[in-house]
Amino acid sequence: MQPAGVPLDVLITRKNYVTASGERHDVLRDIAFKLGAGEVAAFVGPSGCGKTTILRLIAGLDPDFDGAIARPPGTLGMVFQEPRLLPWRTVEQNIRLVAPHCADATLAALFDVLGLAQHRAHFPGELSLGLARRVALARAFAVEPSLLILDEPFASLDGPLAARLRDELSLLVGRRPVTTLLVTHDIDEAVRLADRLFLLSARPARILADVTIPGSRSARNEADIAALKADISQRLREAR
Amino acid sequence: MIRLVSFALFLATWWIGSLFAGARLLPDPATVFETILAEARSGALFLHLGATLARVFLAFTLAMALGTALGLLMGRSRLADRLGDTWLLILLNLPALVVIVLAYIWAGLTEAAAIAAVAVNKLPNAAVTVREGARALDPDLDEMARVFAMPRWKSFRHVVLPQLAPYLAAASRSGLSLVWKIVLVVELLGRPNGVGFEIGIAFQLFDVTRILAYALSFTAVVLIIETFMVQPFERHAARWRSA
Repeated sequence: MQPAGVPLDVLITRKNYVTASGERHDVLRDIAFKLGAGEVAAFVGPSGCGKTTILRLIAGLDPDFDGAIARPPGTLGMVFQEPRLLPWRTVEQNIRLVAPHCADATLAALFDVLGLAQHRAHFPGELSLGLARRVALARAFAVEPSLLILDEPFASLDGPLAARLRDELSLLVGRRPVTTLLVTHDIDEAVRLADRLFLLSARPARILADVTIPGSRSARNEADIAALKADISQRLREAR
Repeated sequence: MIRLVSFALFLATWWIGSLFAGARLLPDPATVFETILAEARSGALFLHLGATLARVFLAFTLAMALGTALGLLMGRSRLADRLGDTWLLILLNLPALVVIVLAYIWAGLTEAAAIAAVAVNKLPNAAVTVREGARALDPDLDEMARVFAMPRWKSFRHVVLPQLAPYLAAASRSGLSLVWKIVLVVELLGRPNGVGFEIGIAFQLFDVTRILAYALSFTAVVLIIETFMVQPFERHAARWRSA
């Protein structure tokens, strides 16, 4: 399904920004990695270390950095930290506007998995934050992306709801393999969803470790996950 | 209901006023209404109302289209804002009468000169309002449209325009009333028909009844446009807010 070669090749030698008072700060330093087709990678690191900045550079929202990024050909699907829906369009319109070629059956299936079927005609203002985040997920999947970028998609949701959405997300990623980048500060989330973890340092962010999680995502049991979590937490502590 | 009471109160005040001022200075509502009917029967009323309405429509459309484009450009680009700001200030403060007289001198007493003069009067107003709207556009939604590679027109139609809608509504509200007032001046000074032309003639004859008959007829037309076109459109555009 994917073209041969490397779908995502990221090389950021340096990214800095200038504050309003004219000071120059380095945000990222020497971030380099390659991601194979269908691989799911998670960035884990302290808050404010520049995780979102990495995603913005890869999404092409900020062309101002030293380095080069080769994205897989095809469409990009993104879930931002906030849902970023158009408040003046219904749930269904929000999705169809970015995914005009999405088949009715595909959309219905998406709505089904995410529990949005009875909210099609609602406006975003009528939805809870959890539902709005589901719509943002549905939108990112509806474009059938070749690269999926998720920026803390479950932030500020309570534990059980975040867990449910996480299960729905892994179901969606499992149904149609897609190269995925996920940013999270939740190690549990990262270990459950990803094949590879990039542990990031504090600012300016560097990749401290590139951890490949053995075995397929669905084959992991709770004991494996607990062991992995302990290992990752240990590494993060050592790095500090 | 309250609207009806308020309207009745207006008629009563007018009628009492006419008792004090005398029929020559302020004719009572019934006399004015009879004149409206007489003018309507002769067809003159519709001819002049139609001519004025056509000019209002053309000048309004022209001013809103150009003003919106200019406002968007100035709200989005700092360079355009700096370049255009002085021009806008000059246009905003140039009296309508000066623009009209100059337009007639330079372009002759033509329809094009009349409509252009009105549009130039309204344009800076629309541009300033839309510029505020363009400055307030949400960069987050813009990024969303870019990430999902929405085509330009689609993103303008579904992301930008709905954000501008309140500003466009404000600009058209004030625009419609401003434009029709200036159209009357343009007609008075250099057109052979229209409400302004009729009022000019009535002024020469000191015919207050006729002035009121034409002015009120056109006010009624504007009220109808406002109630049956502008307000339903606003309600439609704002339906997501009621959620």
